[in-house]
Amino acid sequence: MSAFLNIVISIVFDGLAYAMILFIISVGLSVTMGLMGFVNLAHGVFAMAGGYATVAIMTQFGIGFIPALLCAGVAIGIASLVLERTLYAPLYKAGELDQLLLSIGLVFMASGAFTYFFGPDPVSVQLPNYLRGQIDLGVRSFPTYRVFMIAVGIAMALVLWLGLERTLLGAQIRAAVDNRPMAEAVGINVGLLFKLTFALGSGIAAIGGGLAIDILGLTPNFAIQYLVLFLIVVAVGGLGTIRGTFVAALALGIIDNAGKYLWPEGGAFFIYAVAIAILLWRPAGILGRTD
Amino acid sequence: MSPTALQISGLDKNFGALQVARHIDFELQRGARHALIGPNGAGKTTFLNLITGVLRPSAGRIQLLGSDITDMGQSKRSRLGLARTFQINQLFKGLSVLDNVCLAIAERTGVARSLLAPFGRHQRVIDEAMHLLQMLRLDGDAMQLVNQLPYGQQRLVEIVIALGQNPQVLLLDEPAAGVPSAESQLILEVMDSLSDDIAILIIEHDMEIVFRFAKRITVMLAGAILTEGTPDEIAADDRVRAIYLGDFQRGHLA
Amino acid sequence: MRWTQNNQHPSRRHRWHPAEALPWVIAVGAYFALPNYLAFGTQILITIIFAISLDLILGYAGIITLGHAAYFGTGAYAAGMLSAHLGWNEPITGLVLAGTAAAVVGWISGLVLLRYRGLTLIMLTLTTAILLYELANTLENITGGFDGLLGIQISPLLGRFENDLWGHTYYWYSLTVLFIVFLAARRVVFSPFGRSLIGIRDNVHRMHAIGTPVRRRLVTIYTISAGVAGIAGGLFAQSNAFVTLDVLGFVRSGTILVILILGGTGRLYGAFVGTVVYMVVEDELTKLSPEFWEFGVGLVLVLVVLFARRGLLGLMADINERMHKVWS
Repeated sequence: MSAFLNIVISIVFDGLAYAMILFIISVGLSVTMGLMGFVNLAHGVFAMAGGYATVAIMTQFGIGFIPALLCAGVAIGIASLVLERTLYAPLYKAGELDQLLLSIGLVFMASGAFTYFFGPDPVSVQLPNYLRGQIDLGVRSFPTYRVFMIAVGIAMALVLWLGLERTLLGAQIRAAVDNRPMAEAVGINVGLLFKLTFALGSGIAAIGGGLAIDILGLTPNFAIQYLVLFLIVVAVGGLGTIRGTFVAALALGIIDNAGKYLWPEGGAFFIYAVAIAILLWRPAGILGRTD
Repeated sequence: MSPTALQISGLDKNFGALQVARHIDFELQRGARHALIGPNGAGKTTFLNLITGVLRPSAGRIQLLGSDITDMGQSKRSRLGLARTFQINQLFKGLSVLDNVCLAIAERTGVARSLLAPFGRHQRVIDEAMHLLQMLRLDGDAMQLVNQLPYGQQRLVEIVIALGQNPQVLLLDEPAAGVPSAESQLILEVMDSLSDDIAILIIEHDMEIVFRFAKRITVMLAGAILTEGTPDEIAADDRVRAIYLGDFQRGHLA
Repeated sequence: MRWTQNNQHPSRRHRWHPAEALPWVIAVGAYFALPNYLAFGTQILITIIFAISLDLILGYAGIITLGHAAYFGTGAYAAGMLSAHLGWNEPITGLVLAGTAAAVVGWISGLVLLRYRGLTLIMLTLTTAILLYELANTLENITGGFDGLLGIQISPLLGRFENDLWGHTYYWYSLTVLFIVFLAARRVVFSPFGRSLIGIRDNVHRMHAIGTPVRRRLVTIYTISAGVAGIAGGLFAQSNAFVTLDVLGFVRSGTILVILILGGTGRLYGAFVGTVVYMVVEDELTKLSPEFWEFGVGLVLVLVVLFARRGLLGLMADINERMHKVWS
């Protein structure tokens, strides 16, 4: 295979894996922001907590990586509800600034707390053997874990999308995102719906955080470090849309990766330029609602 | 000078498949005392929003005092002499009554552009504001924060702000809705006292006010104009009576 | 004396109140009382200027931004590069140029960004600042990149006063600049223009309806604010004789936002109170442990948002009112 094609495939492939992580972590944020309009900069904390929980469960209980991931997802999902009831709910009627400030405060608290309990050094995870090394996909071989990431991401996107499009619950969520007062008027319990979506979104983000350890690394600074990135994915994709988050994650993930690869000293700023351009062109996001 | 204060031709507005304004032709003369009535959902407020620029029409043209304003933004239309009140109060909630009115007067007189002299130096703006407040018996509450006033008085402030713009065309959206009779009486008196040069279009449901005030009435239904005429003509119109099922208090009931 | 400006008569609102002398008395007093802390004091004064710039747009016009460091950083790099690359070492003109550069950047970005509101605007301001950060990182031959901009040598102020080790000169320099900036900001805020900004913040729909060219007003105050932020940045570069990328960073934008909220928005003096409290507490707590400070800042922010939304000055105003009620 030609060297050029090889590089292109590498860039796209790595970008895809990176994009899948962005998608898995950000999708919950997109749906909850679309549903409740709550500006939540602290969403990354769920991912970070999920990462730490995964490692903790693995070391404490000797469970394997994937079961630990699922446990972490459930645990964080449930825990997030406590946060939602106590801190977020009082501010639903408040302005964007207040919500923004509250969530920034939570991020800082989480960062400080995690540093205290886990120390500032990066945490690593012991991947199971079948996820290590390389896998041969015929054309060429790729790192197994990244293939796994891409598979999980696509599967997750499909499951979520089908869930949204084909189930009653999904229909209710779509209705509530589209027009909340109307949805309430026809008897949909939007409050309960929101709690469910919030827990689900946080739980999925937690799993994403666990999956991200091997690709993005994990320190107590994770939530702050990637805060902007998750926000940009959600804003560019559009609030309340799974497809939008997927498309945005794909575009930004591949562009960011390509930028850094092709231009190591300066590539980082491409995604910000692209994000600004997209937001100027479509302020509500690529697939966001304009009304 | 053109006798027509407001001229609207072929105005259409649709949101996708939903048409909220159908080919509206409408004229408001200088000095008009014109009422716009119709059942809920007829599109009256939408019509006002199209005139003031809150909504962009899908088709048609709007002329204000001889100038085509169809493509102009809201504030530009206001500066040309158009003022409106809102069905749901749009006040400056955190400010005093006096400040509310001063904002409008400062904007109109160009004082609002001044960056360096303190507002307090512009005594004429403050005096004019107090004068307007006296007209509506709000001068005693001038220093009160608007959100601490009872609803009836808030509704009065809503109108005073528009009056502060010294408009040539004044659009009032249900000014007396939900207002106790003392204040609605006052509103009527003020409207009566306005100069004959000003064209006034009022949306109202209270037929007593409509028939007391209006010299011409337009009836809207489902986004289109059903009919237009003098109060007597409208009261006698069968279609209008059918809509209102005998709501008129002029004694012309079936 | 009621500090709530909204209840005051428009003809008297702008009059100076005796209590307003307090911050300046304290600042001058600090020079004599705390001679070992002048360098720290200078940084406090610089941050107050930065906070005032944010108050102009956030507190008065209601523009929410997560990227105000973009203008602080532009001013800092402008002042730094004037000296390091062009050999222009005169501080006062350097400061004016820094402010102007930041104002120009502010004007251009304001024209583009202020068409938007809400979350979109927040995201755009955030991304613009990060874009500038990454740009500065990329252009490391002129900015010095991660290592920072070296070679800044500022000439003595007015030809005579050098920046000595104890920071005497720069304390007065910064205090003077702060005073001038404050006077200008106070003027703007009490002017008809300033009142229209408050109207825009309170009810933008009605402002459109009464004929206000809203976007033009916002762009104007945004430009002024950027210029002031640039002056703060310029002072920062001159006083430290060193500039690193974090002058443009998200942490700097976030911090100044927290500081202003802590002190109280829309009162100008909130900038003073918030900055002093924040920086003094930060200085003390980071000595204990950085994560303790990080947690603490977060906690304070959460508490302020939930219970003391108008900040420390707001709390003081509330207490003042309660006491009035008790005594009358």
